[in-house]
Amino acid sequence: MSFLHRHRWLTPYLLLAPGLAFLFLFFVVPLYYLGFTSLQEGTVQVGYTFTWAWDNYSNAFSEYREQFFRSLEYAGITTIAALLISYPLTYWIAFRGGRWKNLLLLFIIAPFFVTYLIRTLAWQNILSDDGFVVNAFQFLGLVADDGRVLATSTAVIAGITYNFLPFMALPLYVSLEQIDKSMIEAAKDLYASSTKAFLRVTLPLSAPGVIAGTLLTFIPAAGDFINAELLGTPNQAMIGNVIQSKFLEITDYGQAAALSMILMAVILVLIVVYTRVLGTERMAG
Amino acid sequence: MTAAAEPQPLPRRSVSPLSRAWAFVRRHTLTFFGILALAYLMLPILVVIVFSFNDPAGRYNYTWEGFTTAHWTNPFGPPFLGDAVWTSIKVALLATLVSVILGTLIALALVRYHFRGRGATNLLIFVPLTAPEIVLGASLLALFLNLGTALGFATIVLAHIMFCISFVVVTVRARLVGFDRHVEEAAMDLGANEYVTFFRITLPLIAPGILAGALLAFSLSIDDFVITSFNSGTTETFPLYVWSQAQRGVPPEVNVIGTMIFGVAVVLMLANILFQYRRTPKGAA
Repeated sequence: MSFLHRHRWLTPYLLLAPGLAFLFLFFVVPLYYLGFTSLQEGTVQVGYTFTWAWDNYSNAFSEYREQFFRSLEYAGITTIAALLISYPLTYWIAFRGGRWKNLLLLFIIAPFFVTYLIRTLAWQNILSDDGFVVNAFQFLGLVADDGRVLATSTAVIAGITYNFLPFMALPLYVSLEQIDKSMIEAAKDLYASSTKAFLRVTLPLSAPGVIAGTLLTFIPAAGDFINAELLGTPNQAMIGNVIQSKFLEITDYGQAAALSMILMAVILVLIVVYTRVLGTERMAG
Repeated sequence: MTAAAEPQPLPRRSVSPLSRAWAFVRRHTLTFFGILALAYLMLPILVVIVFSFNDPAGRYNYTWEGFTTAHWTNPFGPPFLGDAVWTSIKVALLATLVSVILGTLIALALVRYHFRGRGATNLLIFVPLTAPEIVLGASLLALFLNLGTALGFATIVLAHIMFCISFVVVTVRARLVGFDRHVEEAAMDLGANEYVTFFRITLPLIAPGILAGALLAFSLSIDDFVITSFNSGTTETFPLYVWSQAQRGVPPEVNVIGTMIFGVAVVLMLANILFQYRRTPKGAA
């Protein structure tokens, strides 16, 4: 203890050391090995050797360009859909929730309490060919009489939207909740209409929540493969499905790692852009 | 003030029922949308619960065939299901214990001390939160493949600790920020040394934050499929069991266990909300 008294500056580092060492060993070092693997050639039988195999990247991208762009497309649509559902919902809770706010918030995170795979299988059930959703859609003429919803891109996008909605809703709620209600009243006192007060006061003040929410929804959505697997067909395969099957079924490690690196690079660019706007300290909590 | 400026009573009687209905709709659109969105969030959860009481004819638990409590009386009936659940619980307990210790120490350092390397520390905690799970899983697999580590229980636990740490840091730090340090100084003034102060004052005060972090880590761990699937080898956790059964039809017992997990989580959250209501003095924010 007297050693610590003499070297007080050491205390924070001693507190940080075990956790950061763990993150370094099992987050940073693995990323290095992912890059290392992405430049290897070989098969399970003959083993894998490091050969600076850059064509893993060019082959991976040219072969799976379709799945790549599909992932970004699905993730983009999902993010917008989640925003359109979450904004009015969290606005309602934050401004009209009163003393029920915490309870209503519980409804938003409730899906997290059901295992991811189980709630996705529940969507498989809901959207199944004789289910009430398909029947209602057929009645309304949204789907042909022999048409289906399951095994279409609509089903996959709907599944991803549901699964990542809380990631959008929670940061949105936090930023809407923090808005000083008297600011909106002030705008109205100064003769702003409700619409104008919303567009000029509420919306800009909730921007941090929108930015954090879109980021937290888009990233896992772009890397997802569970929804495409359980609710879609190979025609809806996303980049996650390719990575998963190449790593775990085909054991084409080089290309699988190259695809992961490309996905990571795209997302890293997004993070850099977003953190420039927001700053890491605020985003991390 | 002249008589002309007096407020005129609105000619309510002459308003047609249609426009009154429209006014009602306009006033309650947000509430209506909010309730609709909550219903959408609850729908798959209801399906999971309802179909845990279904008596399916074949192996597919999609259509309602009849009510039975058979799956509830013997939830671990199907082979391997009980083992998978037990493995998940063991993994989650270990991952929670280690990640809570490491994460709390980091949170203490970040809130309490000024030190060089703060930005890098924040980055190292923030990036795993935003990296797509598939990249985290793939990079850990790349590490274990290159080092020749046998995949199994130990690699699953290591992976889970890794992705839980950042969540624990963010949760505990949020609770630490409002901590009144004068209480600690008072204890020291009264002759308590640093150990006694930490265990008798600091720890009890930050315990709710640590508990929140622990609950989050536990629920993330028990729910994780993506990262686990890359690092499991032949060990099977509960989500991996569900995945392996998904193609052949998931037994209703999975819905029972899903419902149980949901029930426990909801009870814990409600207890937390009630606790907060009771702790907040009347009249205080």
